[in-house]
Amino acid sequence: MKWPFFHPSRGAEMHIEIRSEAFEPYHEVQVYQEKIQATGQYGATAVFVGTMRDFNEGDDVKGMALEHYPGMTENYLKMVCEEASGRWSIIDSLIIHRVGKLWPNDPIVLVAVWSAHRKDAFEVSRYLMEELKSKAPFWKKEFLADGDRWVQHNTPGY
Amino acid sequence: MVIQIRFFASLRERLQLSDCSLPFEASMTVEQVWSKVTNNESLPANLLCAVNMEYVSLQQVVKAGDEVAFFPPVTGG
Repeated sequence: MKWPFFHPSRGAEMHIEIRSEAFEPYHEVQVYQEKIQATGQYGATAVFVGTMRDFNEGDDVKGMALEHYPGMTENYLKMVCEEASGRWSIIDSLIIHRVGKLWPNDPIVLVAVWSAHRKDAFEVSRYLMEELKSKAPFWKKEFLADGDRWVQHNTPGY
Repeated sequence: MVIQIRFFASLRERLQLSDCSLPFEASMTVEQVWSKVTNNESLPANLLCAVNMEYVSLQQVVKAGDEVAFFPPVTGG
């Protein structure tokens, strides 16, 4: 049986946040998990953290500016989380994404998913990341030694 | 009655325009909105567009009060 007929999540929670200040993703996961009501229900937590590199396409990158479309970005990510809750059996999901100025080694994005079993947590965290990378309205501008440049596109993760 | 138009990222910089408005006209598509606000500039490859913060095609017909957004491929994450 395929979606929408298998194991939809019942009342899955989610939290989506756009941050303009630096954040510590592992601390966020810990704090968020402590607030999850379904203690004893989740057996799997999948965590993905995207971090800024100091190189891209053969060039040194000094920093970047991340822009988004306020409102549409949050709506889009919420829609994707809701869609995922219908296709997989998950308990909770957390997405935090940076905007503003970032420097190498700064965390850019956190995606964390809690589920009863690992299959759903692994698959949903991957699904949320791929949807975010390919459709959520964010744009990166890199600061190079000889000027700035917009990143042209994201490469597929599958 | 107007429609609001927004541009983001490299497109905003190139057009030197972040937002503007147009008088509403019946049966106007997103593509026609683009032509009017850019003085018939050709459509960029891979242009993305949204109406009221949801992705739409260029053939989408706009309504009075809609917010139409144009932007390049997304590069978050």
